[in-house]
Amino acid sequence: MNTEASVVELVLESDLKNVEVAEEVARRVSGTAGFDEDDQHRIDMAVHETLINAIWHGNKNDPNKSVWLRFEIFRDRLEIRVRDQGNGYDPGRVPDPLKDENLLNSSGRGIFLIRTFMDEYRVESRTGKGTEVILVKKLNPNHSPE
Amino acid sequence: MSMKATLRQVDGVMVVDMSGRITLGEGCTQLRELVRDQLGKGTKHLLLNLADVTYIDSSGIGELVSGFTTVSNQGGRLKLLNLTKKVHDLLQITKLYTVFDVYDDEAKAVGSFAKSES
Repeated sequence: MNTEASVVELVLESDLKNVEVAEEVARRVSGTAGFDEDDQHRIDMAVHETLINAIWHGNKNDPNKSVWLRFEIFRDRLEIRVRDQGNGYDPGRVPDPLKDENLLNSSGRGIFLIRTFMDEYRVESRTGKGTEVILVKKLNPNHSPE
Repeated sequence: MSMKATLRQVDGVMVVDMSGRITLGEGCTQLRELVRDQLGKGTKHLLLNLADVTYIDSSGIGELVSGFTTVSNQGGRLKLLNLTKKVHDLLQITKLYTVFDVYDDEAKAVGSFAKSES
């Protein structure tokens, strides 16, 4: 795999062990795009949480299904697409984890973290065709790519 | 890299030196079992040392919250020690920093359990 290219694509089996692979690619690609270490970690975490949703909620942990990832570096942003083979899920249904009554919930913070760490978070669910999540992180106009 | 936990007793407090990843799957399961196991053995004062935790995700944060409430409901206390910048930032973002008792000095952390009982 050549992470110097402006597009990196990979297909991973639905196995939580593969999440670390996606994190590593996310860190390398975001570093190549010119993000600093803090942003690289934020992007890495957003990819981690998105991939877990794809494997867990999308593909229902079915090892026969896979997750497709595409990282594309543009002049002004990094765009990441994550697509599963499930039946779709609705991120709008997740309660706000910052509300007092939800603060001590043991789950429900993943999508909140993705939204916090990325500039854009879009979900395109199509019945029978899985869910595609699009994550966008804008580059600082003064950045200098590696 | 999965999570590792080493336990040591300091002045009636069970200090758990944790390292590695607290993420969905193995890391979270280990933490859940550790808390359950300690409560089963009668431990009331748990101090989680997170200095060497390299990665924590939303599930890991949820597991910390779950441990906190489980221990509290059993009449005990679960506190955190030595947060890395990444974990500190995550607790700030999720408004949990004020929920947990957080320390960066082990002696003070251990001493705080006795004070909270007096």
